[in-house]
Amino acid sequence: MSEHHDLDLSAIRARLDGTSGPEYWRSLDELANSEAFQAYLHREFPEQASEFTDPVGRRQFLRLMGASLALAGVSACTKQPAEAIVPYVRAPEEMVPGKPLFFATALTLGGYATGVLVESHEGRPTKIEGNPEHPASLGATDIFMQAAILALYDPDRSQTLSHLGDIRTWSAFVGAFRAVVEPKRASEGAGIRVLTETVTSPTLARQIREMLADFPAAKWHQFDAVNRDNVRAGSTAAFGSHVETRYQLDKARVIVSLDADVLGAMPGSVRYIHDFAAGRRVRGATGDMSRLYVAESAPTNTGGKADHRIAIKPSALEAVAGALARAVGVPGAPQAPAPEAARTVLDAAARDLLANKGACLVVAGDEQPAAVHALAHAINAALGNVGTTVVYTDPVEAEPVDQVQSLRDLVADMNGGTVDLLLILGGNPVYTAPADLKFGDALRKIAFTAHLGLYEDETAALCQWHVPEAHPLEAWGDARAWDGTATIMQPLIAPLYGGRSAHELLAAFSSAPGRSAYDLVRDTWKKTASEARVTDFEGYWRKSVHDGVVAGTAFAPKAVTLGTISAAAGSAPKTASGLECVLRADPTVHDGRFANLGWLQELPKPFTKLTWDNTVQFGPATAARLGIKNEDVVEVRVRGRRLQGPAWIVPGQADDTVTVHLGYGRTRAGRVGNGVGFDAYAVRTSDGLWWMDGAAVRNSGVSTPLASTQLHHDMDGRAIIRTGTLDQYVKNPGFVKAMEPDPPKTLTMYPPHEYKGYAWGMAVDINACVGCNACVVACQSENNIPVVGREQVAKGREMHWIRVDTYYKGPAEHPEAYHQPVMCQHCENAPCEVVCPVAATVHSDEGLNDMVYNRCVGTRYCSNNCPYKVRRFNFLLYQDWDTPTLKMGRNPDVSVRSRGVMEKCTYCVQRITRAKIDSEKEDRQVRDGDIVTACQQSCPAEAIVFGNINDPESRVARLRAEALNYSLLGELNTRPRTTYLAALKNVNPELGHATGAGDDTHE
Amino acid sequence: MSQIFHPSANGIARAIVIGLIVVAATGGYIVYEIGRTPYVTRAYEARQQPIQFSHERHVAGNGLDCRYCHTSVEKGAAAGIPPTKTCMNCHAQIFSSSPYLEPVRSSYANDVSIQWIKVHDLPDFVYFNHSIHVDKGVGCTTCHGRVDQMPLMWTVHSLQMEWCLDCHRSPEKYLRPRSAVFKVDYQPPPDQIALGGELVKAYKVKSLTSCSTCHR
Repeated sequence: MSEHHDLDLSAIRARLDGTSGPEYWRSLDELANSEAFQAYLHREFPEQASEFTDPVGRRQFLRLMGASLALAGVSACTKQPAEAIVPYVRAPEEMVPGKPLFFATALTLGGYATGVLVESHEGRPTKIEGNPEHPASLGATDIFMQAAILALYDPDRSQTLSHLGDIRTWSAFVGAFRAVVEPKRASEGAGIRVLTETVTSPTLARQIREMLADFPAAKWHQFDAVNRDNVRAGSTAAFGSHVETRYQLDKARVIVSLDADVLGAMPGSVRYIHDFAAGRRVRGATGDMSRLYVAESAPTNTGGKADHRIAIKPSALEAVAGALARAVGVPGAPQAPAPEAARTVLDAAARDLLANKGACLVVAGDEQPAAVHALAHAINAALGNVGTTVVYTDPVEAEPVDQVQSLRDLVADMNGGTVDLLLILGGNPVYTAPADLKFGDALRKIAFTAHLGLYEDETAALCQWHVPEAHPLEAWGDARAWDGTATIMQPLIAPLYGGRSAHELLAAFSSAPGRSAYDLVRDTWKKTASEARVTDFEGYWRKSVHDGVVAGTAFAPKAVTLGTISAAAGSAPKTASGLECVLRADPTVHDGRFANLGWLQELPKPFTKLTWDNTVQFGPATAARLGIKNEDVVEVRVRGRRLQGPAWIVPGQADDTVTVHLGYGRTRAGRVGNGVGFDAYAVRTSDGLWWMDGAAVRNSGVSTPLASTQLHHDMDGRAIIRTGTLDQYVKNPGFVKAMEPDPPKTLTMYPPHEYKGYAWGMAVDINACVGCNACVVACQSENNIPVVGREQVAKGREMHWIRVDTYYKGPAEHPEAYHQPVMCQHCENAPCEVVCPVAATVHSDEGLNDMVYNRCVGTRYCSNNCPYKVRRFNFLLYQDWDTPTLKMGRNPDVSVRSRGVMEKCTYCVQRITRAKIDSEKEDRQVRDGDIVTACQQSCPAEAIVFGNINDPESRVARLRAEALNYSLLGELNTRPRTTYLAALKNVNPELGHATGAGDDTHE
Repeated sequence: MSQIFHPSANGIARAIVIGLIVVAATGGYIVYEIGRTPYVTRAYEARQQPIQFSHERHVAGNGLDCRYCHTSVEKGAAAGIPPTKTCMNCHAQIFSSSPYLEPVRSSYANDVSIQWIKVHDLPDFVYFNHSIHVDKGVGCTTCHGRVDQMPLMWTVHSLQMEWCLDCHRSPEKYLRPRSAVFKVDYQPPPDQIALGGELVKAYKVKSLTSCSTCHR
């Protein structure tokens, strides 16, 4: 990457303005099209591709080849080593060796639960799937849930209970703990503090409340770095008390997002993506689809799906919300004018909203100040959306508090010397607390500190006691989803590292300190069941645990009364001038808790496609003005604090803003996450959690290489991504196919091969794909795909079988964005097959492009000849063959590949085989929907459909018959089995063309 | 100056060139053939086990059905090696103090698995499913041989890919009625090809030879 970072912005402009440039582009480098970029591109693997033309390298190569040939014959004569079979002593019920069982449970993020089914092979959890019966999942997952498997088996997780670094037993801890707690009964527990993350668990809340009843002077604090304080303050300002806001995106025909990443990592996002995609699905002749307007500072998945996007500074967003409120007639709306750049789109959006009263929606982002939330509530009320697209319920959190204030109070007490016992249940506040609170310094002053955590992290290092926490897949528990639905979480495996759950730790306060989490959770639900007059508790319990959903626990809609808005919105918003610094949770490692998970570190981030790093993101115009290029190390100073990190220019980033992502620069994350990226918490203060004005940037003059995959495997400007507008589609549904017609089947001289039985195929709906990456991690988990590390990614050697390409269209400052997942296309005329000298890649009679690892000798000819660049080569031994826990997490139905072997998407052939065997034994055909590939299973948008294309009634066959369906590079006559459905934008006719709006004044 | 080489040198040179090729080809063929011999495949070699368990005693002597121990053969990929509990079902009463069975009793008492040695050990990149083969009329003894005549287990086939493909290409040569799948003393009829052909139709047996049938 380092050889082409000199971006010539004037060249970019010239190419965009003129006719010489491509219509779609993937990166600014591609737009500038420098010689260095061309040279980079034409080496498929940026390093060592040209070794053979170098005389010294060739000699070495031939020597190695000779040696390996000489040994090739000998290997056939080795006897297989003896292997042991280790049966059970007493076999568990229902277990058939080799047949996985699925157990329902839930995983939480920020306290909010999403239901999952965990695949378990002989007691070892190997894969997370969504729970179709859970309302927040509907069978889909996000990247964090998929990666929970890796977290479970992470060898860097904390493994021993310790006191000041010395190993101690659980009973020693409980003894020491009670020795401090018991004398405090006299003083009603004064000086006892418990710090948790956001709690939705009924059992944990009950335990803490019982503790507080025993010790009335003790206090419970909550803090999450990615918290929803603004949401709580906003609904309190609008309605007088906090209520949970839930959206029905499928019922909304017009959606306006005020910097709300509804399709990102908000509570309920998995469901929101599902509902949004449902509202955008265009099938047959009906041209019915919702329209999305987004105003935001940094590009997000939601902004990428926008039909009209406003890139705007965070300080101007309140003015945008105010202007929108005024335009739709909210009484008492602020009178300040809308920012110049946003005015046209905003006026059109307001008219669109008014034309769709009761079927539209305005969403404010979790990061937006309370005033914006209050305005959004008022707009929705004025437009009659309450009860249709917006539903209010009781708060899902057990105890909603202002978390920053809660932490501030705690730190004040700690510094004031009134705290003598602090119990930190989960979380890593030393790392994530706002910098101005100096939580770490305050922590050192406490007489007794104990930390329960998955890792021996920054907080554990400063606490006297550290207790390893049981992973959610190792312990009993419960949690609520964003709509209130409760799940009883069951353990899949006994704690690998002797972890304890928060329930067990809190029990130490009670009169029965040895009580198990199982009993505690059952106690809670016994009470709930008896209140609901359930007579058969055992049946109720078994059904709830089995289903992963406790029936009837979703919260009912609640009637709310809107207060006056002028009081809520506060003073008239004013737009600040100068550079603004935007802070956001990282799209892949979140607040830093996932920093040690290689799957997430190596997952290309949306839009930037960067791996293994966070960056200071600039818009193209701002970068040009400040003289900053990609990979320049810049220093950002804001409010007297500073950070240093590499710059990355992101199309669509608002002018005069820089975005930095939290979660990096960890010092005690583990071997994977330590020292990766820079710590953005260094500038985060309690009064500027999400953005701060008055930022200054200085270019240090040094540059550092970054590993972005956006330029790997480029496809040279052919009609690869096909998009249009809804209008275009309604007028001429055939426009997609006309862009590049497929060649006739008679083009080849060979007679066509007939597929008589099944013919597997896949359809990918780019119109539904939001670029969430869940498919990439799901594939990694299902198919035992290794993590290769930053250096290897920089050399173009990432191993993901599926990648999500991002294409831009339009001006660099505010382009349209499209996502296209690309995996092996399983071509009927596969170019890879004809060049393999050892027949290691051949066609199956059902149309699969089979890859036979044991035949592969690693010539890489196939990869060279693949027009889609979807083949991956094990240049080195990427798999960890030594760590015992990592072996446990692998899918036993998929070969673990070694060095020197080519691999690629198999259409999850192990799942095809499983379904085929099951159907054969029942003497029937495989039914449509029996086979669900891992990517399809995880996709919240249902953008991926797999099935038998020989069955005209199958979902995939019907999708292939759609007008929007096209083959990727079909003009090459490869006849791919994977086809795509083109993306459509629902452009507001008033605005003419699908484009964003932004401030173009800076040149 | 006289000729260095006599005219016969031409013939000698030819003979050497051809001879080298013949030697190399023969050498290659020998290596190839050695790879299929029981010396390499370990066919017919009785394997020592931690317990002197005799299939001959239990199958021929006691008349146990294969499925009494190998319970998942009709359900899953693996036929299933019985848990120690299965042994103890009988041996809690029969030969309950035999020294041969001490490992079984100690496994059961200490909750530690018996480590059997794998006899039919397919290569790691092959995925074989018992249940579908049994369902399609492949008898136990077709692959495993007459286990009722084996005191200690051995293999009677090479378990190499050509052996698998022999049946996958022409299943009619080996299929038997479903009712006879677990019969250890089943003898194929003289008109096996005709019967097999009928069974192929009746059981909808397909000749599956795509790589991904077994490799993934």
